[in-house]
Amino acid sequence: MANILAVDDSASLRQMVAFTLKSAGYNVTEAADGQQGLNSARTTQFDLVITDVNMPVMDGITLIRELRRLPNYKGTPLLMLTTESAADKKQQGKDAGATGWIVKPFNPDKLLSVIGRVLG
Amino acid sequence: MSQFLGVFYEESFEGLEVMESGLLEMTPGEVDDETINAIFRAAHSIKGGSGTFGLSAVADFTHVMETLLDQMRDGQREVSDTAIDVLLRSVDCLRDMLESCRDGGELDGERVGALQRELEAQLSGASPEAAVASGAGAGAPADADNAAQGDAGGGWRIQFRPQRHLFATGNDPLRLFRELRGLGELEVVADGSELRDLALIDPEECYLSWTLTLRGAVDEAALREVFEWVDGDCELHIEALPEPPAGASGAAPQPAAAGAAKVAAADEAAGSGGGKPPSSTARPAPRPAADKPAPRAKAKESASIRVGTDKVDQLINLVGELVITQSMLGQIGEDFHMDKLEQLRDGLTQFERNTRELQESVMRIRMMPISFAFNRFPRMVRDVSAKLGKQVELTMSGEGTEVDKTVMEKIGDPLVHLVRNAVDHGIEHPEERRAAGKPECGLVHLNAYHRGGSIVIEIADDGAGLNREKLVGKAVDKGLISAAEGARMSDEDAYALIFRAGFSTADQVSDLSGRGVGMDVVRSNIRDLGGSVEISSEPGRGSTIIIRLPLTLAILDGQTVAVGEETYIVPLVSIIESIQVTPEMVNMVAGRGETLKLRNQYLPIVRLHDVFGIDSVRAARLEDGLLVVVETQGGPRGLFIDELLGQQQVVIKSLEANYRRVDGISGATILGDGSVALILDIPDLIRLASQQGSHQDSQLGSHDAALRHSA
Repeated sequence: MANILAVDDSASLRQMVAFTLKSAGYNVTEAADGQQGLNSARTTQFDLVITDVNMPVMDGITLIRELRRLPNYKGTPLLMLTTESAADKKQQGKDAGATGWIVKPFNPDKLLSVIGRVLG
Repeated sequence: MSQFLGVFYEESFEGLEVMESGLLEMTPGEVDDETINAIFRAAHSIKGGSGTFGLSAVADFTHVMETLLDQMRDGQREVSDTAIDVLLRSVDCLRDMLESCRDGGELDGERVGALQRELEAQLSGASPEAAVASGAGAGAPADADNAAQGDAGGGWRIQFRPQRHLFATGNDPLRLFRELRGLGELEVVADGSELRDLALIDPEECYLSWTLTLRGAVDEAALREVFEWVDGDCELHIEALPEPPAGASGAAPQPAAAGAAKVAAADEAAGSGGGKPPSSTARPAPRPAADKPAPRAKAKESASIRVGTDKVDQLINLVGELVITQSMLGQIGEDFHMDKLEQLRDGLTQFERNTRELQESVMRIRMMPISFAFNRFPRMVRDVSAKLGKQVELTMSGEGTEVDKTVMEKIGDPLVHLVRNAVDHGIEHPEERRAAGKPECGLVHLNAYHRGGSIVIEIADDGAGLNREKLVGKAVDKGLISAAEGARMSDEDAYALIFRAGFSTADQVSDLSGRGVGMDVVRSNIRDLGGSVEISSEPGRGSTIIIRLPLTLAILDGQTVAVGEETYIVPLVSIIESIQVTPEMVNMVAGRGETLKLRNQYLPIVRLHDVFGIDSVRAARLEDGLLVVVETQGGPRGLFIDELLGQQQVVIKSLEANYRRVDGISGATILGDGSVALILDIPDLIRLASQQGSHQDSQLGSHDAALRHSA
């Protein structure tokens, strides 16, 4: 089953995402900020990364930019969680190499359907 | 979902603390990036979480706060005092909202609405347009969506020409086609005309383009949503297929015409309609309607504590060592003979060390930095001083000093009272301060540090200080003491009058403090914790209140001492030294008061067997026993005992819970041999001894006080 990295500084959201994905049978690794996420991604190959945007230490946009620089993550789907439908954040994310986004708030069904879009 | 609510509330309350302390740090006009970012992040997380967990009222409210904070963060909006004030009140309101969500209480809709309007007023203050756009939230873009939505009964023809770098964004055309296939019947025709010679191909680039035909009644919005993520990375032309022959051949409905427009045209429409930048055709997905609030879990105040993983790791480590020691001892015990005695001793030593370390680690789990109690003060000082028209700066040090969670919880309220008093009674009004040649802004300093097994908390102000005459006069007026008592009171004792029940020094009773209840409660609370409180003051220079508290309520380092047949525990923290005296070191005062001259200090001697009425005393003369010099509020005292037995850590058992309160005793413990030993409450013991003394000889009291004064 696919390996997913979930990065969010908010423990409740991260746990919710992880729980939803685990219940759907995915393997999930959690990270509390961009730097932790990047460290995990360097040691484990994930099939999908879902990251929050606003985080301490390293934000989600930077994480995506850094991941895209890694040879192993050139084509990996990288999704960001954005609270608002603010176009500028999405554009920043896209410029950094994000595959797409999930708009918060979302419920588990919505999350799984979006994940289904990028994971075959 | 409800299983994550607990975590959500916990982190939200933490976020609110971050916001509050951040807001208090902010100076109007100057925005410190780090601070405002931290505040913004906290608001953002609360909003995201509350939206996800179905707390829509909280999400809506936080949204407005977040918008305001975002504009401040981007420098679009100046940080004004009013804005900080509104945000601070919003933090309070949000805290109450979250609490009522958690506990299933009622939301105060009016208050929330009023505050939300205030926030919106802040938003509309400088740039009304921004306020409308943000205040209206998703309304405008949603309308634009509706306008652009259309149906094409016959389906769609889609020209999809990705840019070369498409794969580098992690998007895969095949996934898009799979999505489309979910919407209707799909026909895919690939165009490979761009393909080059194999040798020239960069395998990471996309050279293909496609013409897709999607048949069926498909909503254009749904179609565009599929291509949402690749917008900007491709050329996309969507045009409606003509209706099947069955439909009217003539006028295509208006939406279909709009749908037939090229992407560029749609952009313009969106640009004028929703005020979005023309570069984006990405529309938000229609919000799922199933976003109704989840049933609220009625969560009780959690009795959990957060523990750092390092502490847990250390515990596991220690338990591991304990297991090793246990198996070693087990082996020795299996076939024991005397040659193994040395090994057994070693094992027991190791066992003792393991136990002690384990105990310390377990205690450390309950330890929290005092900042948890201190954090609320910046806000409180700000509010109280504003209310009183005073200027007060609060500084803190030693916030990282750790103290037991129970002690922390119980010291919170007394501290609030003391800090409030310092601002209310201690610090003078600006004009008084100016007249006294002091800076207008008063200073309140909170300090915490460890000393021995205690935590010491100091609350210092640079205000007017206590007025001895006023204190004594008031106490006499209120009949707490007689005029004669007042006259011979030491300054220290006079200051301590403020801790008496029914005593208030404020000329005017304010709604903040000065009701005459409080300080006595403060002192009794602190005493209940096994701590002490002292006050020192210098007229015109300010006062300092010093609180000493045990680090933990469960265990203390004790010195076991023997008095007759009895064994007592003296808390090690209060012992300065233990000495054997010679007759010439002791002065007799009026036949009963014995004082010890030690390094030019006179120490009153308290004979324990007299205080506790023990007959079976072994050492009748002072030189036959030992003097334990203990530190007390009024200076050192000598406790006369028969002998010192040993030092050990004792587990404190409540005497009150199992028997009743006993004067001079703070608790009991069970010794290694199974017998019960009483733990001395030194301040109470000294009080008891001086009471007994003054009953028999009132002369001693004043002598005693004089001695203390000189000490």
